[in-house]
Amino acid sequence: MGIIEGRYGPNVVITSVDKVFNWSRSRSLWPITFGLACCAIEMMATSASRFDLDRLGIFFRPTPRQSDVMLVSGTVTVKMAERIKRLYEQMAEPKWVISMGSCANSGGPYWEYGYHVVKGVDLIIPVDVYIPGCPPRPEALIDAFLQLREKIERETIAKKV
Amino acid sequence: MSIKDIDLPVGLTPEKWYEAVDAIESVHGEKMVLQMGPQHPATHGVLRLELETDGELIVKATPHIGYLHRCFEKVCENMTWPQVVPYTDRLDYCASMNNNFGYVLGAEKLFNIEVSERVQTIRVLVAEMNRVASHLVAVGTYGLDIGAWTPFLFLFQAREHLLDLFDELCGGRLLYNYIWIGGLSHDLPDGWLKKVREFIPYFAPKIPELNSLLSYNKIFIERLANVGVIPADLAIRYGVTGPNLRGAGVAWDLRKAEPYSGYETYEFDIPVGKGEVGTVGDCFDRYMVRVNEMVQSIRIIEQALDRLEKMEKDDVQAAIPKTFAKVPVGELYFRTEATKGELGFYMISDGKQKPYRLKCRAPSFCSLSVMKEVSPGLLIADMVALIGSLDVVLGEVDR
Amino acid sequence: MTFTIEDITARLSAHLECALSLEPNSPVPLIIVPPEQLRAAANRLRYDHDLWFEHLNCITGVERAGGYEIVITLFSTKLSMMLNIKVKATGEEPTIPSITDIFPAADWHEREVFDMFGIRFDGHYDHRRILCADDWEGYPLRKNYQPPLFFHDIPVTVNVPGGHQIPVTRVPK
Repeated sequence: MGIIEGRYGPNVVITSVDKVFNWSRSRSLWPITFGLACCAIEMMATSASRFDLDRLGIFFRPTPRQSDVMLVSGTVTVKMAERIKRLYEQMAEPKWVISMGSCANSGGPYWEYGYHVVKGVDLIIPVDVYIPGCPPRPEALIDAFLQLREKIERETIAKKV
Repeated sequence: MSIKDIDLPVGLTPEKWYEAVDAIESVHGEKMVLQMGPQHPATHGVLRLELETDGELIVKATPHIGYLHRCFEKVCENMTWPQVVPYTDRLDYCASMNNNFGYVLGAEKLFNIEVSERVQTIRVLVAEMNRVASHLVAVGTYGLDIGAWTPFLFLFQAREHLLDLFDELCGGRLLYNYIWIGGLSHDLPDGWLKKVREFIPYFAPKIPELNSLLSYNKIFIERLANVGVIPADLAIRYGVTGPNLRGAGVAWDLRKAEPYSGYETYEFDIPVGKGEVGTVGDCFDRYMVRVNEMVQSIRIIEQALDRLEKMEKDDVQAAIPKTFAKVPVGELYFRTEATKGELGFYMISDGKQKPYRLKCRAPSFCSLSVMKEVSPGLLIADMVALIGSLDVVLGEVDR
Repeated sequence: MTFTIEDITARLSAHLECALSLEPNSPVPLIIVPPEQLRAAANRLRYDHDLWFEHLNCITGVERAGGYEIVITLFSTKLSMMLNIKVKATGEEPTIPSITDIFPAADWHEREVFDMFGIRFDGHYDHRRILCADDWEGYPLRKNYQPPLFFHDIPVTVNVPGGHQIPVTRVPK
């Protein structure tokens, strides 16, 4: 305590490993380009010039091996479900999932009579943030990323024994 | 025997390459089966292409669809006639006004409902605005597939202005549920027509800018010329319609051939592919047809605005029937010119509140079926150019 | 020269040597063709120089009280006329000859009708499901279709129409 105090001024930052890891992970989330349906167009519009996502550190990667977040945007069908599971398993830890739109949350407008629609992507993979809307506005998608940031900041790298 | 011993003809194109290589027995390797899988940045949705390739050349490409099959037809059998309209939105989600339009016009013909001229003009106006928005997505993402980031950002910025106008009109940016059977869901807000009027001079210089940035760019032309040629007779045999057919040189547009909702009173041209930089019917022609269609749509929008500014306000919901509990019996196939081609609805009514059968004939479904004929002889990079030029939206293909 | 629907029906009947009927009370021209005459009729409509129905717009499968039927919608630019042909198929395994070699556009439409209704098309070169998953059981657009509860361990039916919810476990985070 007495050694560092007052000697090095603003050049020393004292923090915890958790905070550094969480800060760097949350500020640079790289999603996988996983547009399925209409919400994908809103996702593209969010990453375009008006509601820029690049300023939040979000940079879309085509391959699951290089991404942190899976942004399930659109309806999940039974034929696609196995592929989603496989893509999720191919992503490296730490990984998060954002379910965008009401189709991915719970089946959307096809909840009652859609025989080929999976009623919510959380029947297949664990989801962190849900965004309601059909399709959600770009502001809602940005809000979801901010919520995910706050969630990541609450994590810890200490393993439970 | 090696490649050096053969006389390669001058001007060897990829299509001829395969024939030349075929002649050399020892060069043939194993055929590789590649999955251009359902998750791919350049397949415009969840489309799976099974490619059998000999090195980089594609020998056979089989499209597999159904990864977005959302049971539209079964759902609509359980919804009342007006409740089907939001589901038609989600068919071709880039241009949902046109889908609503097609379904509603068919239903109105089946039930003998007439709407006022003002409602017809507003419908034409919003349908053409949505056509511009959809072509902006198609052209912007096409540039993105080929590798050009800048036109994508510029065009989406222009599209945002259009989406703001739609937002003010009916509350939705992408999916509107605006055109109802017998009328519209909302009347025009005050001052909206003036804002649309202001959009036109904002958008007019964007097309020459796009042409100078992307269309006549040497790299773009090299990637697109003579690639994926769909000649006119092949297109007709496979049921390809819309800009894909017009790119092959056939001047067929349902807005001129079987006009609906007052289209016969508007002045506009039909852009047709001319083989500017390569063969007629190649990817560049289809792309240029879309760019020129945007210009023609702006012409229609101007004419519609001129008429609307002079019309008196009336009730846009006047012709909506009070109840759909008992409707006329009949069956009908009605088709309109949506952004991707001929959108047809075969509807069967048995007099009840819900449709007995509603089949949607999607333009992208037929455009995609031609792929197996056109793809042999292409390189894998050309496949990306071909898919982008066909402008498929998987929501329509799989319904 | 212009053709009316009666002219076309008469010409087809003469060519096929079998009487074809028009659907009564139909606002659109609708000719009923027996399944065994379908290929000859399609050939005639496609290649007759006066008729020249080169566009196949749509093939719709319909389930009626007696069985299944398909409606083939054709269009001729020469006559500027749209024509619907209705073909009935009955029995446990309804079968209709395929017209894919005459109209290549029919290829995917026939596969879709098979996927949705279970009507088989004789002579189709690639007869398999197109929209539903490859090993899906059942034909969804049939009126008495019951969707499965599970498909490869994925819960498919959660909200039963008009009723309750089947409890499912969502994957925990």
